[in-house]
Amino acid sequence: MDDLLSFAFLMLAATLRVATPLVLCAMGGLFSEKSGIIDVGLEGKMLMAAFFAAAISAVTGSAWLGVAAAIVAAEVMALLHGFACITHRGNQVVSGVAINIIAAGLTVVWGTAWFNRGGQTPPLVGDQRLLPLLLPNAGDNILVYAALLSVPLTWWIIERTRFGLRLRAVGEMPLAVDTAGISVPWLRYRAVLLCGLFAGLAGAYLSIAQNAGFSRDMTAGQGFIALAAIIFGKWRPFPAFGACLIFGLLDAIAIRLQGVKVPGVGEVPVQLIQALPYLLTVFLLAGFIGRAIAPRAAGVPYQKEH
Amino acid sequence: MIARRPLPAWAEIVVLPLVNIALAFLTVGIIVRIIGVDPFHALSLLVVGAVGSSESIGYTLYYTTNFIFTGLAVAVAFHAGLFNIGGEGQAYIGGLGCGLAILAFDRYLPAPLMIPLAILAAALFGAAWAAVPAWLQAWRGSHIVITTIMFNFLAAALMVYLMVNVLIAPGSMTPQSRTFASSGKLMSMHEALAAIGITVAPSAANVSILLAVLCCVGVWVFLWHTPWGYALRTMGHNPEAAVYGGTNLRHMTMLAMCISGGLAGFVGVNELMGVHQRIVLDFPAGYGFAGIAVALMGRSHPVGIVLAALLFGALQQGGAELAFEIPTITRETVVVIQGLIILFSGALVNMPRPWLQWLLSLLSSPRSGEVPAKRAEGS
Repeated sequence: MDDLLSFAFLMLAATLRVATPLVLCAMGGLFSEKSGIIDVGLEGKMLMAAFFAAAISAVTGSAWLGVAAAIVAAEVMALLHGFACITHRGNQVVSGVAINIIAAGLTVVWGTAWFNRGGQTPPLVGDQRLLPLLLPNAGDNILVYAALLSVPLTWWIIERTRFGLRLRAVGEMPLAVDTAGISVPWLRYRAVLLCGLFAGLAGAYLSIAQNAGFSRDMTAGQGFIALAAIIFGKWRPFPAFGACLIFGLLDAIAIRLQGVKVPGVGEVPVQLIQALPYLLTVFLLAGFIGRAIAPRAAGVPYQKEH
Repeated sequence: MIARRPLPAWAEIVVLPLVNIALAFLTVGIIVRIIGVDPFHALSLLVVGAVGSSESIGYTLYYTTNFIFTGLAVAVAFHAGLFNIGGEGQAYIGGLGCGLAILAFDRYLPAPLMIPLAILAAALFGAAWAAVPAWLQAWRGSHIVITTIMFNFLAAALMVYLMVNVLIAPGSMTPQSRTFASSGKLMSMHEALAAIGITVAPSAANVSILLAVLCCVGVWVFLWHTPWGYALRTMGHNPEAAVYGGTNLRHMTMLAMCISGGLAGFVGVNELMGVHQRIVLDFPAGYGFAGIAVALMGRSHPVGIVLAALLFGALQQGGAELAFEIPTITRETVVVIQGLIILFSGALVNMPRPWLQWLLSLLSSPRSGEVPAKRAEGS
């Protein structure tokens, strides 16, 4: 019984550890997508943030400055996305793809020039990392709690505040918001900036909390899994959180099952479990498990009438 | 607000793309400067590295071949109003098809039969991998951007599984298949040229560049000189008009995506039959994503795509040489340029347009000044 309890605790802790960046990223993405700005660039923002968190933390010795740098880096990318998609009404998917590719290149270019370690930052020790707070060996650093807190917060902002009401409106019918005398660009910029804030925290978690340093392409598709979680949660905070937990659990199981023979099934290919979030999202989008309906104005640039 | 006239065609097709590239290069120049390298020195090393010898020209052309395939792939989908971000996965699976065909038949078939069969298999597998997202969009209403992204990851997972568990050569430590027999290899460029009496240094360039040229012509004929191409472009411009014209949008979505996926699948031909001569992991190496930049810069026209692919091929090869010469600069500088070109010629394409309009209005202002004067005379 004790064994079972401690196993359950270990799996829960492992799930939360893996799910934290997904949750933060998904909550950020929700703000953006709810306002009608598709964000394929979550991955790039998170990667950029992870790099600057580790780099600044390694140089200054302070994890908190690292977190601040991560947020600034992600916000710069978010503003770039906003500048292209809101101000210049560019294609949101193209902009997101550009941000991902720029981040993948720039982190390695700067990392190599700065630290001369093939794109990695020096290993972080002691105060350069965010350390666990309460529980031993659970990895419960402050960003895990921040992720848990971000879900009700996001729900409250989107569902219960005036800003949230307008945010939802601008994602469904920007013309109505504009007619009411509210600036569509300013609303969307605020949504994109909120997205950058959360993506920044997610990136910082990867490089200075979960791991001890930045390595190239360390986001490894997690930004896209977060995007999948948003869709899986049908653009609602708590269901999206649930999807993140499921995807996190799948990952924790995949690590556990590596090379293990399951009775009656044989060895389950790890790649299959890792591919499940993507597969499930495809099934959901195809309408085989319920229907996911995106905000109606998502992806459509708003052109003010003259 | 001043009413702006649309740009003349020559400015839209020639000047605007050049401005976009210039902005991308300016930005990367600043980044290189921040790193502490003279950008002009870096540029000269890059140019020499890309076209300085017959060997480097060969490598430039080898990279160009991949960019032509993925650029065309993205462009065909663009014309249909579809955004195919799945080139990466389609190239991967196309390579799988090509490799499987060779592994199955290379001991029995001679090269003249084996090579067309393998090329066909690459196209079919690439097309099949694109057909699923196309079907899901056309019949089930799921968004093709999201599904093609997911299919990239699914392709990567599938390939890792197959290479590690199924296709790995017996006794091999790295996940790669056995080497193809000689009938499954494409002739390299220096061998082909030596056969007609021209001597060039050996490089990775191979005859699949001819396939790329053929694809360019084929795409051009298909899009602008066949009824299907016309229907496809109509769908991209105005789906309602296409329906009114009798086009079945579902079938056209399938057709566009299958052609797109098949073209992306040809990356496998260049990489596996031309260079690696076995199935390896990770050979698409970002070409699928770079295809978006190529298509955007080439304005989705085969001629533009060839020019853009040449630039990207030169950057890829020159960037490798540059990284070799200056250790503080890595090959990823080229990735940054690719990203910036997607940004400036895609997402920010509307930004420099007013600048050009303003510039042109300055140049033509004496003439436009005459018009009100004449009107005053008449009234």
